[in-house]
Amino acid sequence: MVTKLPKVDVVTIGVGWSAGIIAAELTKQGKKVVGLERGKERKTEDYFMAHDELRYAVRHEMMQDLSKETITFRNNDKMRSLPMRSYGSFLLGVGVGGSGAHWNGQNFRFLPYDFELRSKTIEKYGLDKIPADMTIQDWGITYDEIEPYYDQYEKMAGISGEDNPLGGRRSNPFPTPAMKKTEAMRLFDEATKKMGYHPYVQPSANLSENYTNPDGISRVACQYCGFCERFGCEYGAKAEPGVTVLPVAKATGNFEVRPHSEVRRILYSNGKATGVLYTDLTTGEEFEQSADVVVLSGYVFTNVRLLLLSGIGRPYDPTTGTGVIGKNYAYQIRKGRATGFFDDHKFNNFAGAGGLGMIIDDFNGDNFDHTDLDFIHGGMIILGQTGQRPIANNQVPSGTKSWGKDFKDASLKYTNASLTVSGEGASMAYKQHFLDLDPTYNDAFGDPLVRITFDFEEQDRQLTKYLAEKCEGILKEMGANHVDVSGDLGPYNVAEYQSTHNTGGVIMGADPETSAVNNYSQMWDVENLFVVGASSFPQNAGYNPTGTVGALSYRAAEGILKYMEKGGSLI
Amino acid sequence: MTEQKKNTPVLDKRSSRRTFIKNSGLTVGGVVLGGALGSLLLKDGKTTTNETNVHSSTAPSNPNVALMYFTPEQYRITEAASERIFPKDENGPGAKELLVAYYIDHQLSGAWGMGSKEYTSGPFFPGEDTQGYQGRQNRQQIFEIGLKGIQDHSLKTYDKSFIELSEDEQDAILTEFADGNVELKGVSSAHFFGVLRTATIEGAYADPLYGGNANMEGWKMKNFPGHQMSFLDIIEKEFTKIEPMALNSQHKH
Repeated sequence: MVTKLPKVDVVTIGVGWSAGIIAAELTKQGKKVVGLERGKERKTEDYFMAHDELRYAVRHEMMQDLSKETITFRNNDKMRSLPMRSYGSFLLGVGVGGSGAHWNGQNFRFLPYDFELRSKTIEKYGLDKIPADMTIQDWGITYDEIEPYYDQYEKMAGISGEDNPLGGRRSNPFPTPAMKKTEAMRLFDEATKKMGYHPYVQPSANLSENYTNPDGISRVACQYCGFCERFGCEYGAKAEPGVTVLPVAKATGNFEVRPHSEVRRILYSNGKATGVLYTDLTTGEEFEQSADVVVLSGYVFTNVRLLLLSGIGRPYDPTTGTGVIGKNYAYQIRKGRATGFFDDHKFNNFAGAGGLGMIIDDFNGDNFDHTDLDFIHGGMIILGQTGQRPIANNQVPSGTKSWGKDFKDASLKYTNASLTVSGEGASMAYKQHFLDLDPTYNDAFGDPLVRITFDFEEQDRQLTKYLAEKCEGILKEMGANHVDVSGDLGPYNVAEYQSTHNTGGVIMGADPETSAVNNYSQMWDVENLFVVGASSFPQNAGYNPTGTVGALSYRAAEGILKYMEKGGSLI
Repeated sequence: MTEQKKNTPVLDKRSSRRTFIKNSGLTVGGVVLGGALGSLLLKDGKTTTNETNVHSSTAPSNPNVALMYFTPEQYRITEAASERIFPKDENGPGAKELLVAYYIDHQLSGAWGMGSKEYTSGPFFPGEDTQGYQGRQNRQQIFEIGLKGIQDHSLKTYDKSFIELSEDEQDAILTEFADGNVELKGVSSAHFFGVLRTATIEGAYADPLYGGNANMEGWKMKNFPGHQMSFLDIIEKEFTKIEPMALNSQHKH
């Protein structure tokens, strides 16, 4: 028995950054928005006991319950896909605020090159520079076109930062000044300047000073407590939907969040989405919520999975390269890094903030010449100080046994005397990397899990080695007595934590044949369905994704309002 | 606060077990267990003397020091093995004094032990190394198999219970497990050792509310300040030593 609920203007699937931004913008204009979130409600006071590494960081308090739904994985189509039974390579957010509630707050704009990656690469290096199986695409939007939305997002979130000497043009300065510089950051700053690079303090959503945003929301400055990633912020200093856009949407009286509501299908007829079917997880009751516009805002996996389960859009076929849903799944190349061990210099590694660090972009994008290199793009190089907690951080020099007396001694000695400099490599799209539905494994409702087919390629190996060498050079210049370099990229391993920057699957572009959504995140095939999230990245950049997801969400909100006024395709 | 005397209850516990075993006239079926328990009595006699010198006998008992999941023998092996993974040294206490085996016991009894938030549906197939753990066993079962494996391997190799072995012999057994050289049914010895190692480090450094990291000694060794409201005044400075605080201080606030 499905209970039909009265129609609303807009229904969102998930209530994280994307849905929160869209809800705030639409409800301000008087639109009625319902947000369906399968997890629970959360508020700042809930994080009273948040400085608990075991509960939040190790046992994944704020993450999706994998016993109900996980993903399956294989490196290639010759391998049997198997479920990710426990967390490893990345974490799946759940609950009101989504992953935005427990992110680090590392906030970036992509480079102008990123948005026109394919054409700029061909223009400078020729078509031969792009391997035959590499399926990178332009975004169908330029940096200059997306810049105003970055600006809007940064003002809402109160992003703290200073100009990136090698980044894109800014129409306005950062709304708040850069975060404080730690001793380790000062060393990195000095060393990289000496080496002729262009360091800058990492842009951050942690808030360097008290701030009131254009919506009238006031938040207090970060205390550098060192519990950001995987934790909720008990001060509300870290920008997250629950302390920024969601209160704005709620204050209009036009927004309703329904927690514990898991959307099972997008309903679709005659070329339009009519609403969604969802289950109230507390009672098991099923509801149909109809709406004029459906916003699918489940980041990446939920977006792809719900489209495939609902039979919407053309599924990607890796053998022919046709179809678009599930195409161009990409990730982040995080193993080009080095760790320096210092014999007579100690740091406050325990203190920090999620978005606290120094960066150089000298080896990101096309900021350096690739003519004689066997890869394209690059990655930022970062010395971050997110706060090293003791269970996760036990760095020992190579050759040290991983347990016993020597391990204990070295791990204690270097806890506050080792620093890691790492590359955050861009991840290119390939014909053979994609998402589809698993033929064997199901979720708690009996619906197929989403399946990842992904591996690292030669491009990634070359990039990793290159970035690792740069990281090593910086640490030596910083005065490390011993540097361990991790430059060998093995196969992609889903059991090993690397990054939660999964991207692609419902990609954005200028051509309906090769992309799923236009640059308003509107589906080419279904004009009243907007699919918002990192799912729309045609490939991934050498930065964290949230700033760009935020900008795309503001653009999508504008598109939805336009669509509701005039109907039809926006482009 | 007198909570720094937390270790004393371990002593009480041992004393009471010794008394229990003696008084009950417990006969243990099989040579294997008999040998293990017999030597346990002897070994306790020695360590009791040492620990009596260190700890005051007037400290209040710590009700957290009791078993939720392990059998006494499983507890003993876990305590001895975790001490070799994280031994007492000139830096400070090892796993035993940090009450790591109690931490592991308590964790095993709950969601982590049973894999409650993990995907445990079949079908089961052996995966590639890149696909993560694909076994049927949850951590309770992995510990049951692994701890029995340690004991069996010790008896086979040295004709002694694991807890009776010298430190070098214990290390040799654990190395065999870590290297995956010991045949176990249902789980690889390397996987079991990996879980044991991880749990030991957790028990040394998790907030004391979980039963390990006794008296925050793990944090003190590591210069980790635990729960602090703000580092604003030291964030721009060189290394600064800060006395740790546990979440208990916030809760009682």
